Parts: sequence; C-alpha cells; structure tokens
Amino acid sequence: MNNLLRVLRAERNWSQQDLADRLGVSRQSVNAIEKGRYDPSLPLAFTIADLFALPIEAIFIRNRDPE
Amino acid sequence: MAHYRSPAMQRYLRRLAGFMVVYVALIFAVGTVFRTNPPTGALAWGVAALPALPILGVFWTIARLLAEETDEYMRQLLVRQSLFATAFCLSIMTVWEFLQNYEVVPLGTGGFGATFFWFVGLGLGGVWNALGNREAGEE
Repeated sequence: MNNLLRVLRAERNWSQQDLADRLGVSRQSVNAIEKGRYDPSLPLAFTIADLFALPIEAIFIRNRDPE
Repeated sequence: MAHYRSPAMQRYLRRLAGFMVVYVALIFAVGTVFRTNPPTGALAWGVAALPALPILGVFWTIARLLAEETDEYMRQLLVRQSLFATAFCLSIMTVWEFLQNYEVVPLGTGGFGATFFWFVGLGLGGVWNALGNREAGEE
C-alpha cells in the first residue's frame, strides 16, 4: 500500500522522529510505513489520519491490480 | 532495532539481566555441589535442574516483551526474529538427530542443546531485521 506520509510530514517540516513522537511509535515504524514496507493496523491508521486531520483514504492509497 | 528502547524493551533488558545473573550464580553453585558433595536420588534431579530455571525465565521475558510491546511494527520484527530462531534451531537439531541416528556423530550434544541454537538463531534473526532496515534506506 502506498501512502502520502512523507509528503504530509514534509509539509509540516517534521522529521521522522517528530512524527513518531506525535504518534507514540518508534522512528523505525514511521520509516517502514513511509517506505511501504509495513502497512499499519487500523487503529494506527486512524491515529495517523486524526493527526493530519484527513480521512484515511486521503493518506493511504490502495495498490490496484492492472486491468 | 538496536537504538529502540521502548518501556517494554527496557523491562525486557532488566529482566534478562536479572535472570542471567541468577543463571551464572546457579551454574557455579550447582557445579560446586556436584563436584564436592554430589546429591543423589530426587535431590540430584532437583539440584541438577536448577540452572535451567533462569533459562525458562528468559523465555518468559521474551513472551512478556511480545505481549507488552505497544509498537506494532517493532512487535512484528520481534515475532519474525523469534520465528527465525525457532526455524534455525529446529533445522539444526533435525539434521543433528539424523547424523546421530546413523552414528555419523556421537550421541549427546556436548552442552550445545536446543536452547543454545535457539539463541544463536535469535541473534541471526536480529541481524536479518537490521539488514532489512538498512536495505530499506532507514533515515
């Protein structure tokens, strides 16, 4: 799953550690989510969405199979 | 992962250190007892098993870490590391058992049993996790 976490973070001039502190997770977690190596659970996805005041689907983009 | 110190990880390290201190003390104490005044019967069983107890405690600390870690990504890495350790240990012991069955190697483990190889696997699993993070270009 792709996401706009890096862009949203950059817009606010936050480091990965800044975002991690706000979410209450490790910096490694933020890095893994940004790189698409880890898809967060629904509770964490909602926490991220709340932090950026955006709906989940505006942050996380589902990979669609080519038709 | 080496730089990550959540409250759960800090508790794990404290528990681990405690059990290791007890383990070292028991290894020396039980060794001394068996060299100087070896117990017999049921007492021998009990005394000989004493050094195993802190090792069981270490398994408990790992279980507690998996239960108490609130960072879901780090918990996933820990689970993967533990599964790697289990697969590594079972692989080594399975091959070893067949080598013993056909008398290619002598019976016994020379002190290097399943627990030893499980912890070796845990270390290798940690290296695997660290390499995965490095390949991903962790910032």
